[in-house]
Amino acid sequence: MSNPQNILRRSATTTTPPQGRHEVEPVAKLIDVSRCIGCKACQVACMEWNDVRDEVGINGGTYNNPTDLTENSWTVMRFTEHENEQGDLEWLIRKDGCMHCADPGCLTACPAPGAIVQYANGIVDFDSDKCIGCGYCVTGCPFDIPRISERDSKSYKCTLCSDRVSVGLEPACVKTCPTGCIEFGSKADMITRAEQRVTELKGRGFAEAGLYDPAGVGGTHVMYVLHHADKPDLYAGLPENPSISPFVSAWKGPAKPIMSAIIGITAFAGFMHYLTKGPKDEPLDEEVFGPEGEDAYLREHTLSAPETEPHEPGRRSDHEPR
Amino acid sequence: MTNHWVDIRNADVILVMGGNAAEAHPVGFRWVTEAKEHNNAQLMVVDPRFTRTASVADFYAPIRTGTDIAFLGGLIRYLIDTDQIQREYVLNYTDAALLVDEGFGFEDGLFDNYDAESRSYDKEHWVYQTDEDGFALRDDTLENPRCVYRLLRAHFDAYTPDMVSSICGTPVDKIMRVWETLASTATPDRTTTLLYALGWTQHSLGSQIIRTAGMVQLLLGNIGLRGGGVNALRGHSNIQGLTDLGLLSNQLTGYIAAPVDDEQDLDTFLTARRRAPLQPGQVSYWQNADAFFVSLMKAWYGDNARAHNQWCYDWLPKLDKPLYDILDTFERMSKGEIYGYFCQGFNPLAAIPNKAKVSRSLAKLRYLVSIDPLNTETAEFWRNAGEYNDVDPSEIQTEVFRLPALSFAEDEGSTVNSARWLQWHYAAASGPGEARADTHILGALFTRVRELYARDGGAFPDPILGMAWNYKQPDEPSPEELAREYNGRAISDVYLDGQLVRRMGEQLAGFGELRDDGSTASGCWIFAGSWTEAGNQMANRDNADPYGIGQTLGWAWSWPANRRILYNRASAKLDGTPWSERKSLVWWDSVQRRWTGADIPDFPVDSAPTRGQMPFIMNPEGVGKLFASQGMAEGPFPTHYEPLESPVPEGNLLFPRNDKVRYNPAARVFAQDLEMMGTWEEYPYAATTYRLTEHFHYWTKHVHLNAIVQPEQFVEIGEALGNELGIKEGDWVRVSSKRGYIRAVAVVTKRIKAITVGDRIVHQVGIPIHWGFLGLARKGFLANTLTPFVGDANTQTPEFKSFLVNVEKDTSGGRT
Repeated sequence: MSNPQNILRRSATTTTPPQGRHEVEPVAKLIDVSRCIGCKACQVACMEWNDVRDEVGINGGTYNNPTDLTENSWTVMRFTEHENEQGDLEWLIRKDGCMHCADPGCLTACPAPGAIVQYANGIVDFDSDKCIGCGYCVTGCPFDIPRISERDSKSYKCTLCSDRVSVGLEPACVKTCPTGCIEFGSKADMITRAEQRVTELKGRGFAEAGLYDPAGVGGTHVMYVLHHADKPDLYAGLPENPSISPFVSAWKGPAKPIMSAIIGITAFAGFMHYLTKGPKDEPLDEEVFGPEGEDAYLREHTLSAPETEPHEPGRRSDHEPR
Repeated sequence: MTNHWVDIRNADVILVMGGNAAEAHPVGFRWVTEAKEHNNAQLMVVDPRFTRTASVADFYAPIRTGTDIAFLGGLIRYLIDTDQIQREYVLNYTDAALLVDEGFGFEDGLFDNYDAESRSYDKEHWVYQTDEDGFALRDDTLENPRCVYRLLRAHFDAYTPDMVSSICGTPVDKIMRVWETLASTATPDRTTTLLYALGWTQHSLGSQIIRTAGMVQLLLGNIGLRGGGVNALRGHSNIQGLTDLGLLSNQLTGYIAAPVDDEQDLDTFLTARRRAPLQPGQVSYWQNADAFFVSLMKAWYGDNARAHNQWCYDWLPKLDKPLYDILDTFERMSKGEIYGYFCQGFNPLAAIPNKAKVSRSLAKLRYLVSIDPLNTETAEFWRNAGEYNDVDPSEIQTEVFRLPALSFAEDEGSTVNSARWLQWHYAAASGPGEARADTHILGALFTRVRELYARDGGAFPDPILGMAWNYKQPDEPSPEELAREYNGRAISDVYLDGQLVRRMGEQLAGFGELRDDGSTASGCWIFAGSWTEAGNQMANRDNADPYGIGQTLGWAWSWPANRRILYNRASAKLDGTPWSERKSLVWWDSVQRRWTGADIPDFPVDSAPTRGQMPFIMNPEGVGKLFASQGMAEGPFPTHYEPLESPVPEGNLLFPRNDKVRYNPAARVFAQDLEMMGTWEEYPYAATTYRLTEHFHYWTKHVHLNAIVQPEQFVEIGEALGNELGIKEGDWVRVSSKRGYIRAVAVVTKRIKAITVGDRIVHQVGIPIHWGFLGLARKGFLANTLTPFVGDANTQTPEFKSFLVNVEKDTSGGRT
């Protein structure tokens, strides 16, 4: 957990964030896709540092394993075989995970006070203790990142190793990357570094090489160097112009009272559900929404929203958030 | 590696062929990345598959598995014909100008004096023409048709781009792009590094493929220079140490060839190893073989080894055949000729070709000992694991003992990496349960065997009872004691030219102090210098790089003599100045009158250029050998032959009329195994096996994290074959060879293309290893169920990389 004095924004909170800090430089992780060999050492380092483990899965006919992000796999390599205009094959390997948007849709969407925070250094972190598992962060994310755990109904994603960064260490994936394709530092330095890399790539014939730091979400604190920055969609559906969905913006804008009322109604309905059907097995955050019956109800009735959403990331994963 | 990992960053062109460095050596691959970024290097990949390395390469060319000699042989022809060679280097630092014996010849795929019965050659004429002093004749105009250069060009005459393309299935334009890029480093200021691994080694022609690569680098003048070399990326963290210490049956330590049957007396043995110079005044360092050998005998047998008893030479076994290799061992085991078998850090059921034969052979043993940190399929070969190991335990009487060993992280000692660096490491944790260090297990075993011999006698107890075993705890020699012993010490005062150089009992400073009079002992001459009076050099951790070119001489210790780039005297011209400033490495300091520079000179340090000693100090010629003389089983020049199992109906397209040279005429194949070779009609697809970055051999399937990131066995087929057979991504397939079948998930990919060989479309099939019937990953088939029981003609390394299979959609229900 990072220093609470450095919190810039908290979800569903109207209190003023602390102002005592400053002089906190925004950080960024730069992933140079052109140098990534897809070795998955970052996946392993992530699991080790954060002490999370998926089940041993299956091979679905590709090199993607685990096949998707999960509550235990906060980063995965996505392998795409692309034949370019010259007929030459490119094997594009993108390390997928939270982009740590400057304008985070998840935080905007989150109804649980303080469950999602943004630190002054730009890291967007989940305080799982306060998560109600409603799934709004999934709706709010233009990159399809957060995953709700089946076990504890909490939402999980990459923390950019906020615990390591807060004590001056680089994220675990950065430390382990054998080819040095993941770098970490101040966002300004990483942009400078990216410019060097883009220049080199252009020299090697990738005329459209560039930095992926999309403005639609205010820029990101995880950035990519892409050989084909004009076609981010090639990289397993990286969205070209990600933005927070109008649905989520509305929820925090003029429609907020209505949405609050809906939450209240669903909470009430959930309470009735609890009275009639009794509690589920899993303990949940009773202080926010009362007993877990409500919460389950809430999830069932609000999670369908993303599917009707106009703004879908380029290729959503086959695995819906659980 | 002739060079080292960090030095890759100095290359201008990097050719990865016969390996997949990004996949198998991701950490070392960092230096490829550095070369690209900081040296503007071009990365080229030639491989049957578009690999992870190819994914970050500047250029990729496909090739049919097992045809690398055709590709590289064509390159040699191209370099000569277009005069893109480093001429001054070739003339002076190779044997190009030396004249070859008139009796040497080559016709229709065979060298002269081939004996089909024994599948071997009479090598008598595979030598140079010599004068009355035994020195090779030379022609510096390179015009004499008998000079190596002309014979080399003639040998590869048929390897035209079109012919190479027909054999390899590589389009001509892609061949030319690779050749032209490599040729660009024939200039003295540019170098190519060649990175290879088991993709070159594991063929019936593996050694010759690697030789061809060495010849290319000699022609380009890229050996001994920074950013150059022929660089084997070794498959285990310490496999270099295995060969250094002579754990092959035909080796003593430090690459001293073991005695053979017709070397019954010491003088015969040593004469064959001294290697007199073939050009006047050359170093020919093997002339010191007596000192290496006598010091070894003193390390092994201590005071028992004396001049009057030929230093206990009679106690050494004399080989009655070239090699007691692993294929030979299992052949004999299959016939019931082996009583008991020790597997130390070895899982042969998984690691040897033709699992059915291995399994049958193990069942004929009375006992099997497995020394391993992990449970292995071999230790459980008798257990029925359903389809994955379908044996009947009631019919297997082999008694299996499992001796748990410490893993590398629980043990102290040195490992030798691909770059010949001996790096000392300390135990990170203590081992579990009853696990012991390998040295403890072997030490205890030895002392008990010795007790039995002492008590009961035996057929020949002398070598056991007479062995020097002066460890503080005889059943548990310490890593320090062993390392000091390998380095060597003075048994009595050592004098050089009348000067005392080393006092009795002191550790030797290097192999230059070894003596043939019994005054020194050294367990492995090339390791002399690793643990000196100054202490454990392998534990050095100073990464200072004074020249800024990645030469960190204070980091660990590299054999020989801490030299980091072999033959580095070749980085300078005849006059001792660097070929170019960009590639300067060592040079002659005319004021100090010695060789100096960023590396330890791999050369007599005070040998002035005017003296005419040449850089290749281990060769009797003093120069690099384009002509292998009698060193190789198949001939002095490499020739393309097909894999034992070839998908080409016409056989060897170079010699289509000669069925004798379809595959390597010197390959040793056991009769029963020959019957187990498939034909292209039954098994139409060319298959190759390989490793994945997520796993290490058959170990990491026991590790949860590795199992998560690569959980389940799969095979890779191209989209064209998938379409032909109606197989989609994620379907289950059955892959069979003449020797068995496996079932696995299909990865249908654009990365493996159907290629055209001659006038036939050939599909290639990729089969990752790593799965078995034990561990935390999903259960799978041992990939070596499929592979053929044949090895390289020189090393007998099995041909895991080229064989034939059939592929069918699996209808038996997929995942079990």
